[in-house]
Amino acid sequence: MIWLAVLGCAVGCYLLKLAGMSVPESVLANPLLRRTADLLPVVMLAALVAVQVLVVPGPDGPELSIDARLAGLAAAVVALLLRAPFIVVVFVAALTAALLRL
Amino acid sequence: MWGWLRGLDVPTRAIVRDGVAVGIATGAYGLSFGAISVAAGLDVWQSCALSLLVFTGASQFALVGVIASGGAPVLAAASGLLLGTRNTLYGLKVAPMLGWRGWRRAAAAHVLIDESTAMSITRTTRQDARIGFLSTGLAVFVLWNLATLAGALAGDSLGDPRTYGLDAAVGGAFLALLWPRLDSTRNRVAAVLGAAVALSVVPLTPSGVPVLAASVVALGMALVARDDQPSEEA
Repeated sequence: MIWLAVLGCAVGCYLLKLAGMSVPESVLANPLLRRTADLLPVVMLAALVAVQVLVVPGPDGPELSIDARLAGLAAAVVALLLRAPFIVVVFVAALTAALLRL
Repeated sequence: MWGWLRGLDVPTRAIVRDGVAVGIATGAYGLSFGAISVAAGLDVWQSCALSLLVFTGASQFALVGVIASGGAPVLAAASGLLLGTRNTLYGLKVAPMLGWRGWRRAAAAHVLIDESTAMSITRTTRQDARIGFLSTGLAVFVLWNLATLAGALAGDSLGDPRTYGLDAAVGGAFLALLWPRLDSTRNRVAAVLGAAVALSVVPLTPSGVPVLAASVVALGMALVARDDQPSEEA
């Protein structure tokens, strides 16, 4: 099933790229469409941050939990404020959580 | 290292060198992607297939993130696709500059990503835009895939990902992708609302649904927006 997700996402993402390079630029003239597409990455990345950091699988389905991951995220914020590169941000988040679990 | 560039004229050389530099920098993301992907439960082959075939970082991270949280594969793919829509916007902006048709356009579309867009959109001539697009796109493609393989093999040999905090690394990775977009009040409000909507439906829905549910915030905010300023996105 994971392979189906990988291949489905691959085909879909390629078609989204090809569509952008093929349809006329005037499609962007629709302000509702453009604003939605501009906001979509922001909203979804924020949702992914929240879910990755605060949700755990529970006996009755997913539930909220505060644990070492939140400290990892806080460390990532500090790293980003210090303008650390991507890989340093990720490493700092992992290291903080790992140290708290020792 | 740059000896092969001597055959090119000076401005062209500078554009290619910038593209390769961006490739090396983003290749480093690939290491963390590979490690996070195997920690999420994908195998090395699936992780490499994502980087080869999907080849757009945020969508790949979204797919493995939803799988990591126990979401159904179809929801993981849907999250990846929704994040892939931004490449459509990039394409609309760079296609007139690049001016490719037929198979060239079909091939170029695969390396249409944030970096290749950014390195071509600012050029003043079609020739420079094409060189910027291709050198950046190809450099990122090669290094992203090599790094994914290295990261996946390293992650595979680590054992329990929680011991190394790799589950916390996923949140850090998404935040790092989000961070440069938090440059306006509108985007910061959208981010807070998106996170709030996702968390509020967590107790009610299966894994993977909250992230998709958050996407209605984008449509909702676009509907109520009164000002219609031109997009600042590249």
